[in-house]
Amino acid sequence: MDMMVSRWVDVGGLQDVPRRGARVVKTPFGCIAVFRTEADEVFALDDRCPHRGGPLSQGIVHDRSVTCPLHNWVIDLASGEARGTDEGRVATVPLRCEGGRLLLDLALLASRAA
Amino acid sequence: MRATKQRLVVVGNGMAAGRVVEELATKSPGLYDITILGAEQRVNYDRIMLSPVLSGEKAYEDIIIHDDAWYAKHGVTLLKGSSVTAIDRARKLVRSADDQELGYDKLLIATGSSPFVLPVPGAELPEVLTYRDQDDVEKMLQAAARGGHAVVIGGGLLGLEAAAGLKARGMEVTVLHLMPTLMERQLDPSAGYLLERAVEARGIGVITRANTEAILGGGHVSAVRLDDGRELPADLVVMAAGIRPNTGLAKEAGLAVKRGVLVDDHMATDDPNVFAVGECVEHRGVCYGLVAPLYEMAKVLAARLAGDATARYGGMAISTKLKVTGIDLFSAGDFAESEGREEIVLRDPARSVYRRLILEDNRIVGTVLYGDTSDSAWFFQLLKDGRDISELRDTLIFGPAYAGGSPLDPTAAVAALPDEAEICGCNGVCKGTIVAAIAEGGHGSLDAVRAHTKASGSCGSCTGLVEQLLALTLGDGYQRNAVQPICGCTDHDHDEVRRLIVAHDLRSLPAVMQELGWKTSCGCAKCRPALNYYLLATWPGEYVDDSQSRFINERVHANIQKDGTYSVVPRMWGGLTSPTELRAIADVAEKFAIPTVKVTGGQRIDLLGVKKEDLPAVWADLNAAGMVSGHAYGKSLRTVKTCVGTDWCRFGTQDSTGLGVRLERFLWGSWTPHKVKLAVSGCPRNCAEATCKDFGVVCVDSGYELHFAGAAGMHVKGTELLCTVASEAEVLEYCGALLQLYREQGRYLERVYKWAARVGVETVRTQIVEDHERREALLARFVFSQKFSQSDPWAERVQGLDAHEFRPLAQFSLEDVA
Ligand code: SRM
Ligand SMILES: Cc1cc2nc3c(=O)[nH]c(=O)nc-3n(C[C@H](O)[C@H](O)[C@H](O)COP(=O)(O)OP(=O)(O)OC[C@H]3O[C@@H](n4cnc5c(N)ncnc54)[C@H](O)[C@@H]3O)c2cc1C
Ligand code: SF4
Ligand code: FES
Repeated sequence: MDMMVSRWVDVGGLQDVPRRGARVVKTPFGCIAVFRTEADEVFALDDRCPHRGGPLSQGIVHDRSVTCPLHNWVIDLASGEARGTDEGRVATVPLRCEGGRLLLDLALLASRAA
Repeated sequence: MRATKQRLVVVGNGMAAGRVVEELATKSPGLYDITILGAEQRVNYDRIMLSPVLSGEKAYEDIIIHDDAWYAKHGVTLLKGSSVTAIDRARKLVRSADDQELGYDKLLIATGSSPFVLPVPGAELPEVLTYRDQDDVEKMLQAAARGGHAVVIGGGLLGLEAAAGLKARGMEVTVLHLMPTLMERQLDPSAGYLLERAVEARGIGVITRANTEAILGGGHVSAVRLDDGRELPADLVVMAAGIRPNTGLAKEAGLAVKRGVLVDDHMATDDPNVFAVGECVEHRGVCYGLVAPLYEMAKVLAARLAGDATARYGGMAISTKLKVTGIDLFSAGDFAESEGREEIVLRDPARSVYRRLILEDNRIVGTVLYGDTSDSAWFFQLLKDGRDISELRDTLIFGPAYAGGSPLDPTAAVAALPDEAEICGCNGVCKGTIVAAIAEGGHGSLDAVRAHTKASGSCGSCTGLVEQLLALTLGDGYQRNAVQPICGCTDHDHDEVRRLIVAHDLRSLPAVMQELGWKTSCGCAKCRPALNYYLLATWPGEYVDDSQSRFINERVHANIQKDGTYSVVPRMWGGLTSPTELRAIADVAEKFAIPTVKVTGGQRIDLLGVKKEDLPAVWADLNAAGMVSGHAYGKSLRTVKTCVGTDWCRFGTQDSTGLGVRLERFLWGSWTPHKVKLAVSGCPRNCAEATCKDFGVVCVDSGYELHFAGAAGMHVKGTELLCTVASEAEVLEYCGALLQLYREQGRYLERVYKWAARVGVETVRTQIVEDHERREALLARFVFSQKFSQSDPWAERVQGLDAHEFRPLAQFSLEDVA
């Protein structure tokens, strides 16, 4: 029985993340990249490219994906999956936007690290 | 079961309250004893029609919803001009401004929201108005009668409607908008760009990225000042910068309030006898600003008050339209793209039409329509119904007229055109002429048709049509020109895009994407940096750099390393340094525990492994010692290597070091298609390796040999000789002119040597050396653009620019998450 209780924590406002950009949330289990698309959708992913660990938060954000700054893999923000011919997947982290605030579920992270 | 009627007291007589009362009074008459307290001295009117009243298309009388007779007929008591100041939930009564108390059994809070007034100096002046009710409209009309300039702060729905109304009343109007495109909440940038053009076409000025700093005037408004120092004359200022839910009453009464008064699906607050509807509420985390959902809430609440326990409000998709005559736009749902989602984009640059549908699992989840909104209702219905559109997919974007029909063959449409139909608007070339040129004249390629008929030779937007005519006339014999598109987002190549940016006077990313028919809505990592450079190079001083379209190194002005840290390379002009600079570098390296300090191949020092958060502090220390960014990260001037020259060297013929420093100070900061490296050697021994640089100078007794188009990277290529000149001033002149030519012609990511090979080394030589006028004009353009690029990006960031780049959004320790 592995029931997990969500732990939503406020990590900042939507405005704090630039459109077509990203910010980093630092946790003891590694950095999380929080993305905001042109259309104000938000996503959170581990800040490590499945290729060679590039910091995805530093890439160029276009439609619902980000191009890794190190070797240009394109990662789908919703699924964490590499697009095109590249193969790999980065873990996604539950993130909600409520009333302009960004809420991240840390429970999953902690359990993953455990 | 009660004998006496329950007393329902309503606070606020706006659109939501009006709808609740109407539903109750007509569907369940006599159930409640209803009293409304409204702060406005008016009956219930249609607030959303204030804009036509302002513009003169309607009168106030036309927009009344319930007149006095209506209240009398339905036995509803309306207290006009009566503001509620307190709610006493324990005693179940409300108190009004004139200290009257009124008891209730059920209470409805429908206080709407208030305009947000920017807290800038001068906001209290008498000619600074908001736009919310009929009183505001009357004040605006009085001001408009005096004429003069109106400045509207806010380019959202309300601001644009106010601007159009004031313009219709004869004022000179300017709209200030903080964001880069208008109505950015409802429209994507492409539609926002078209909207801006349409607004400007009505003679209304639009300034985007405008941050209001102060409203000026002693006693009366005279101007508005922006934070960049610009001042705009103003006799009237309208603030339309957003709204805030009116929650004060509810909060003081101890009800649960976040951004709005919290309600459940039955519109009840946390007190079962107190309800709330309209803009003042927050339902499932959402506050609304449009009437459709508020009316839905009103219906649910009325049903609930009438005893229907099943009525619930579950949130709803909303759509927006702008009520400015002649401007047609519509948006609804969620308009982001992604892999799981597909988008269908239809752009007709000639008619300023833009349509975009966003599909997920074969259902429409969002849509933006501009220019032709005739099918908005149909699309919105498909969206709300969540209908599977697989069968309609091929023709969906064309609307219901084509729904389910056979897919349109674009050539069939061209084939159907009569011979007189004009294909090229710029040069007035009709279909017959083009077909004749192809069939009889034997001109079988786009270039040939262009050269012979001029069709598509000017703005280029009919290129597609001309190609279809070629395909139609020549059948399988026609092979499209092998153009190499920039990326999958477009069919245009780099040169075509550059040409069209100038021909069409395109000044922003959305403008390029709309007018050139981009196939995606916001480009990709390949085309965005290229377009950003082309716009920057074409419109110096005017185009605002889009940092989100830059590769990380140029966005944060340092080079990213494989472990996510950065390297920092300060400029050492012409390779010269000093004890002070070296000391500062040593101090910085120790202070920030920078692991590696290395001499680069470009005659300067690299600090490697700097943590991103430390960058501004590292730069601040380097700035303090007089050092600035070396642009080791940029598609821009990198280094100017020199040798020691006449100052020390026994063979030196000229001051190569001094010239190198002068060149570097002249050229630094300019953005170029690719990186640019220079070197100056003091004699033909060439210790600075000037003959493998983008631009190189070899000093000789009689003067300076100028070289260009060399490189020593993936390909080692010796330079070409440009010419020999006699003075340092000429070196700068020729070098500036040549770089400008490269900036104007080079394709993004094309080094100087590749550009020169493409356009011809001899052509470059002729243009720079022989054509004096051209050289001077090029130099003048270079010098002009340098005025805007020579500010140290490090110092700007030390001052706080883009601070978000260098700070984590949040940080958690082990205890936080345990
Ligand atoms: C630091 C340095 C190596 C060193 O430790 O000496 C260096 C480091 C890099 N070079 Fe270089 N190049 C450095 C001098 C050179 C030189 C020598 C020179 O400039 O005299 C060359 C050959 C000359 C030339 O450019 O023609 C050189 C040819 C390249 C190339 C190949 C360019 C080409 O067109 O073939 C690349 C790749 C590119 O730019 O696309 C490159 C790219 C790079 C990048 C930016 C790789 C990258 O994209 O991340 C490296 C960044 C390191 C960093 O984070 O700082 N580097 N690179 C040198 C910095 C000079 C400076 O002070 O700014
Ligand atoms: C110019 C303009 C154009 C608009 N155009 C559109 C449009 O095209 N489409 C669209 O969907 N929406 C539009 N809207 C928005 C729409 O009008 C609002 O969403 C709607 O009116 C909100 O209804 P409401 O009942 O919540 O608030 P309101 O209609 O604002 O009513 C609230 C009322 O409560 C009163 N009040 C506040 N506090 C108290 C108090 N303490 N005591 C007594 N009374 C109080 C206020 O005076 C006000 O009359 C527009 C709004 C404006 C101003
Ligand atoms: S090559 Fe010329 S300039 Fe360079 S060090 Fe030798 S003599 Fe001096
Ligand atoms: S690390 Fe991301 S592409 Fe290589």
